Amino acid sequence: MITARLSAEDDFDGWRNQCRGLMRLGARPADVIWQVGEQRTDLFASPESNIEAAPIGVPKGFAELARSVICHSDPERFGLLYGLLVDLKARRRHMGDEADPLLRKLEIMAKHVRRDIHKMRAFLRFRRVEEDGGEEHFIAWFEPEHHIVRTNAAFFVRRFAGMKWSILTPQLSIHWDRQKLLEASAALKEDAPTEDDIEEQWKTYYGSIFNPARLKVKAMLKEMPKKYWHNMPETALVTELIQSARNREVAMIEKDIVPSAPDTLPTLHAEANRCRRCPLHGPATQLVFGEGPSSARLMFVGEQPGDQEDRSGRPFVGPAGQIFDAALTQAGLDRTQSYVTNAVKHFKFRPEGKRRIHERPNVGEINHCRWWLKREIELVKPDLIVALGATAARSLTGRALPITVSRGQIFESLEGVPVLVTIHPSYLLRLPDPEATERERVRFVEDLKSAQSHVA
Amino acid sequence: MRVLPHFHTWSIDGGTLRTYTEQMTRLQVTEKLAILADAAKYDASCASSGTVKRSSSKSGGIGSTEGMGICHAYAPDGRCISLLKILLTNSCIFDCHYCINRKSSNVRRARFTPKEVVDLTLNFYKRNYIEGLFLSSGIIKSSNYTMEQIVEVARSLREDHDFRGYIHLKTIPDADPELLEAAGRHADRLSINVELPTREGLNRLAPEKSEERIEGAMGGLKTSILDGRDAKKKYRSAPNFAPAGQSTQMIVGADAATDSDIVRRANGLYDRFGLRRVYYSAFSPIPDASAVLPLQRPPLMREHRLYQSDWLMRFYGFAPQEVVDAAQADGMLPLDIDPKLAWALKHRGQFPVDVNRAPKEMLWRVPGLGTKAVKAILKARRWRRLRLEDVGRLTVSIAKIRPFLIADGWTPGALTDLEHLRASVAPKVEQLELFT
Repeated sequence: MITARLSAEDDFDGWRNQCRGLMRLGARPADVIWQVGEQRTDLFASPESNIEAAPIGVPKGFAELARSVICHSDPERFGLLYGLLVDLKARRRHMGDEADPLLRKLEIMAKHVRRDIHKMRAFLRFRRVEEDGGEEHFIAWFEPEHHIVRTNAAFFVRRFAGMKWSILTPQLSIHWDRQKLLEASAALKEDAPTEDDIEEQWKTYYGSIFNPARLKVKAMLKEMPKKYWHNMPETALVTELIQSARNREVAMIEKDIVPSAPDTLPTLHAEANRCRRCPLHGPATQLVFGEGPSSARLMFVGEQPGDQEDRSGRPFVGPAGQIFDAALTQAGLDRTQSYVTNAVKHFKFRPEGKRRIHERPNVGEINHCRWWLKREIELVKPDLIVALGATAARSLTGRALPITVSRGQIFESLEGVPVLVTIHPSYLLRLPDPEATERERVRFVEDLKSAQSHVA
Repeated sequence: MRVLPHFHTWSIDGGTLRTYTEQMTRLQVTEKLAILADAAKYDASCASSGTVKRSSSKSGGIGSTEGMGICHAYAPDGRCISLLKILLTNSCIFDCHYCINRKSSNVRRARFTPKEVVDLTLNFYKRNYIEGLFLSSGIIKSSNYTMEQIVEVARSLREDHDFRGYIHLKTIPDADPELLEAAGRHADRLSINVELPTREGLNRLAPEKSEERIEGAMGGLKTSILDGRDAKKKYRSAPNFAPAGQSTQMIVGADAATDSDIVRRANGLYDRFGLRRVYYSAFSPIPDASAVLPLQRPPLMREHRLYQSDWLMRFYGFAPQEVVDAAQADGMLPLDIDPKLAWALKHRGQFPVDVNRAPKEMLWRVPGLGTKAVKAILKARRWRRLRLEDVGRLTVSIAKIRPFLIADGWTPGALTDLEHLRASVAPKVEQLELFT
């Protein structure tokens, strides 16, 4: 065992020197223990290696790679790099061979370091304070993931040469006084100022430049992960902006397409026929609106029209509709006294030859159609809504409710109407086992009876 | 050596020392900022890259540019915030239908003084919020008057404050050539918007603008940029002229232009004016919209697909006609798959491609292989015959690429010819982003 000591976490020169000595000794990578600073980790490690040795030639690209990887926070990095160096010299690996697993691993580590360097340049925020003499001083607190502060210092000098600034981090602090760069020990977050009143203007800018007509939260999170947020003043606005964008977009569309909310079911139906809020209207034959008296006390909400519903323009007339009708009769309910509709009003499908295969509507489509359902609920004012299946439950309550768990329970719709959750009748068509089908059918009828008792 | 100063003895800026007037002025500027940043958000570009290397370390000024731009924040719309992107004013004497700032629009108006813009830029820059300034403006009084004000902001930043950060100026086509000359000396990038992909669209929606004048001005900028570059080669001290070149923007979905029309137009613009970038801005439903506009905005995915096609032409060796080939019969690029995959599905005869032998140009055509992966493949195959898992290490997802590749120990067999290949390689669409 040989212990190789380095003076700091990002001590590239020290690492290079140690490698020269180790190569001369012919040390195997597995026999080297790398240590940073004074700490001792392996008491059994013997003859100390701190030999100065002549430079050794390395293949093109290696030094650059090593300089980056040294800054990585992984404690294995020194050994991995030395291992690569030994293999390169022995021609067991080649720098150009990007498909080599070890080289690839180190390339990815280097990439993480470069990304951290870049994100520090991007997301570090200075706050201005006035010193006693009235002089401006800009101070930032930043928590890098890797050992990049020294490497990155020159960038901030090039950019902010005319300012007096300090960057405080948990690893070390750097200070620029317009002439020279000084290094000091680690700092605490409390050492940095907590406010700067330009931040109000910056937040105003951040909130105003954002276009609420487009929300791409995932894209934002990919480039600006949450771990950086707590040192960036503008991120305090994100939640609010997302929320108001959703409301604003809906408000804009409602204003454009539906000047005032229709106040009878027939006018609502007529308006809905012109709906272009989502693309489902394109391939569908027609819109399938709800059916039943506006005085109904019980409302049934399914998922979306199927093939036959799409052709006939009426809800629940296909195979699932027939099962639904039979179950209603068995439960002692009169369909003509109930209001029957769907969460999504257009048939979503993909063509397969001559057949049109049902496709589940996505959350966006459900949400676009929710406006129509809301008006139906407001006009019918039912005492209870039965959600047939997960899509209906999602649309009515705004929550993703797994049917197996929530079946038979009462929830509340976004309008405050009680919602009883049960299966969609088409579920009974899909069960392969006749016994299970019968068992489920009986349960379905029970659910319908329980709905009946709520409004009785 | 510990030189940490005693931070607690400092008084925070804005504490007791600030006067009432100072605070009120700042409030007014904040209010204007809300209006004039809001009005600028329909400009798609926020790029701060591709300019000359500058630094403040010798001058003791402020600012640097290092080739690659930096995105200092991201908004929930997924877009990068790199520059302070604002209008000098949102008042305008023009009445372009697609524009929220048109004369007949009922929006709140505001106007910055050049000094206010200069101060905002410096204040933001010094806190590391931005890479620089992107200044545009509605037209007030006259084109020349407006351009003078824009140029004054850039001049003051550069000359009064030794600002070395990035400056992008939106240029008004009708302004005097001397003003454009001055703009180019101070700015890194200049841009003139062609606004709409077709002349008919421009005539209908922006009746006061003319394609001749817009393209004339772009041609003028091209000449100045090339002259500036030549002079710089001969004399190091020659002044820069817009070293990051010029770009333009067109609005997608406000007129009847198809994706094929747009791709052809963009390609023509690249060729004729040496543009750095053509930006696309999906027409957004704007408050107080004009009646001649469509009620619905195009899917955002359309904008994305157009950018992808732009990439194919600029970095993947696709000819414009080949991108047009990838479009459907109606001239639109498919929304559910990217144009490269669409092209590959239409040209299955060219696949599978042998990853160990194919030339770079053919590897570029493989759906899912980016330029970086292709570079790595070319390097790696000098050392080994690549197996599928080797390629897998160099890319994000091998599953999508597999049907199009031959590697050591792998041939896709009939996979490439499968009827439902499209369904198996098309991404599961994140429809929330597409349609909400």
